[in-house]
Amino acid sequence: MSERQVEIEVLRYNPEKDKEPYFQRYSVTCREEWVVLDALNHIKETIDPTLSYRWSCHMAVCGSCGMMVNGEPKLACKSFLRDYPGLIRVEPLRHFPVERDLVTVIDDFVAKLARVKPYLIPKEPKDVAAGEYRQTPAQLKRYKQFTLCINCMLCYAACPEYGLIPQYIGPAALSLAHRWNEDSRDGGREQRQEELAATEGVWECSFVGACSEVCPEHVDPAAAIQQVKIKSTIDWYTEHLMPWRNK
Amino acid sequence: METIRADVAIIGAGGAGLRAAIALAQADPKLRIALVSKVYPMRSHTCAAEGGAAGVIKPDDSLEHHFNDTVGGGDWLCDQDAVDYLVQEAPRELIQLEHWGCPWSREPNGSVAVRPFGGMKKQRTWFAADKSGFHILHTLFQTSLQFPSIQRFDEFYATELLLDEGRCAGLAAIEIRSGQMRRFDARAVVICGGGAGRMFPFTTNGAIKTGDGMALAYRAGVPLKDMEFVQYHPTGLPSTGTLLTEACRGEGGVLVNKNGRRFLQDYGMGPETPLGKPVLKTMELGPRDRVSQAFWQEQKKGNMIATRWGDAMLLDMRHLGEAKINERLPLVRDMSISYMGVDPVTDPVPVRPVVHYMMGGIHTDKRAATTLPGLFAAGECACVSINGANRLGSNSLTELLVFGRRAALSAAEYLQSGARAASESALAAGANAAQARIRELLQRSGGTETVAGLRKEMMHTMEQNAGIYRTHEGLVEACAKLADLRRRYRSIELHDRTNVFNTDLLQALELGSMLDCAEAVAQSALARKESRGAHQRLDFVERDDRNFLRHSLAHFDSVSSPRIDYLDVVITKSQPGVRDYSGGHE
Repeated sequence: MSERQVEIEVLRYNPEKDKEPYFQRYSVTCREEWVVLDALNHIKETIDPTLSYRWSCHMAVCGSCGMMVNGEPKLACKSFLRDYPGLIRVEPLRHFPVERDLVTVIDDFVAKLARVKPYLIPKEPKDVAAGEYRQTPAQLKRYKQFTLCINCMLCYAACPEYGLIPQYIGPAALSLAHRWNEDSRDGGREQRQEELAATEGVWECSFVGACSEVCPEHVDPAAAIQQVKIKSTIDWYTEHLMPWRNK
Repeated sequence: METIRADVAIIGAGGAGLRAAIALAQADPKLRIALVSKVYPMRSHTCAAEGGAAGVIKPDDSLEHHFNDTVGGGDWLCDQDAVDYLVQEAPRELIQLEHWGCPWSREPNGSVAVRPFGGMKKQRTWFAADKSGFHILHTLFQTSLQFPSIQRFDEFYATELLLDEGRCAGLAAIEIRSGQMRRFDARAVVICGGGAGRMFPFTTNGAIKTGDGMALAYRAGVPLKDMEFVQYHPTGLPSTGTLLTEACRGEGGVLVNKNGRRFLQDYGMGPETPLGKPVLKTMELGPRDRVSQAFWQEQKKGNMIATRWGDAMLLDMRHLGEAKINERLPLVRDMSISYMGVDPVTDPVPVRPVVHYMMGGIHTDKRAATTLPGLFAAGECACVSINGANRLGSNSLTELLVFGRRAALSAAEYLQSGARAASESALAAGANAAQARIRELLQRSGGTETVAGLRKEMMHTMEQNAGIYRTHEGLVEACAKLADLRRRYRSIELHDRTNVFNTDLLQALELGSMLDCAEAVAQSALARKESRGAHQRLDFVERDDRNFLRHSLAHFDSVSSPRIDYLDVVITKSQPGVRDYSGGHE
């Protein structure tokens, strides 16, 4: 089995001990097929049990192990060592407060997600006994892509707007709001619109598109945000130029 | 110590915990619900379930079929009254999820689509491509956000249940962010803590699946039931153990040995079915226990393919074509390419059996109540038992919905029955003792053992002696080793003595949970001198209904090995028979 010596620099910070963050370097014997997370686990098991980071599924679906790998937001479980021939530098996700080492505080996202009402507000309420709503594969396809968000926060770490304006709702929460708006069973768009069309909503986005580039699930938040912008613009024109349309 | 006062506390915020929380919030909006989880809800391992959830919905199916498949699949160790409840409630729960917006895959006419699954006579597995668990979890999590009475405590690790006069009255938990102990007062507690697959080295389970919920109940005096039944999923990637869903075979994928032979036909699951036309309940759609056992037998004959990660069989999906694989199995394709460098569109994927699921768990009745008043349990951590000796794929997502809700309703009924609050002194004493135990572990010096060292030895023992096939000698060795590891666990010394997000401490606590669960597995397996479902003994190869048509119950002992006794299986209408996967049925 082929192995190689990998040099990994990890940002360390323990608020109880450290005045400021610093880099610690580890030299690790790694298997060629490993991902960065395997290397971190190896460090924790055999070199330094004090290293802290989040992880669980090791299959890019739980969204725990987002971190900066050589300056880019990545899932550590899907960052293959074979793609990093030289020194690997691992840091906590950008734009989030650091709790400790690679662990960030994500309260901000969790609060914003709740604000956009990310649940079905039924267009036509129906009793469970009356069976399922019909939804054709074409209707499913309209929003399916935006359901794939694993809340890994890579898009927030990539988004320059979120870095500048922390009030910005941000790519993942906006995509999820859009996901519900586009669901044929849902009638809650107006209730979500207040958050979405506010200054901190879609209009904060300057369409850099970095969110979509880093998304490990190909959700394409940038597309979701642009779609919301278009719909919000139509709303504005409908309201202001065609007032008779508002009953 | 800061105290949080709730009416019901739920430990674990995966599928079962979230379903329970929503059911409680709907049952009575005035109830204060504390949802306590060591991870954020969306990190829970429900997210990794791929294939789908079983529930009768199509006209050619019936509750009776679902019942019979489940009971036979479980080798008649299921409690049949509980299975009745499961199959009756399943369609309602799956439609409820649909009403909450779960993006189930659809038929062209817009009705919910179902797919074939192992051991099921009819197509009844609802699915959302191959990310069914992920979508169920996120649908539940996002739906839960509309209920203000659900207060979440994300990243709180429960260390102990608080008891008062023989009732469960709350819990003590570490707030991981600060390292501070918190006391939760709750007249009822529901444990939804998930499985314990991480006691094995090669598993589909995420890092968080360390049996904490099981251990909490076990140490509080609730027995663990049927712990010897550990499910191996036949198709994991040999490199990482990553799951490739049974839906690969449901959609038509086949398993072959190194000679290209579909070898399942040689193990009572034949005759061979036409390629790309899977036949329900036979060949590749046999149950997981039989398929994993066939692999082991075939490996003994030298018919497997050597890979650098050990022997493997081949899962061939090429004949499905790229379009179908992309539509139905996109995650499988992505994982195979990423972690094995094999594209299932063009090449067969090497796979081997991998530890996947605990049929056993916290002993509950069909109301999800444990033997400790005020304590309820649901999901993988619990054993109702609807899975018996072998769970059928796609019954576990259904189980966590049906029994997550059931646990909530039972907890609400318990509160209404006038369960009084516990005494302040008992709660304070319990919480202070819990805090003292954590402090002692954190500050202990002069210890000779490490978390990583003991964990490695535990995993090795389980792999060697408590795997697909077991023997008396192997299990005796495992029991002795695990007893020794539990003793040595008391000499662990941590490297990290700080408070904030101390994963050295958390891993030590998780190891403690796993060791207790592992000993229950090994002791229960040693005592069960028969072969049934996922528990196969090379020295007792037959099923023995006269002596072992019974649930095992492992009772915790803080210093010595658990005591094992038995409980009769509830049989209502299906007498134990022969499990026939030969394709000979209708």
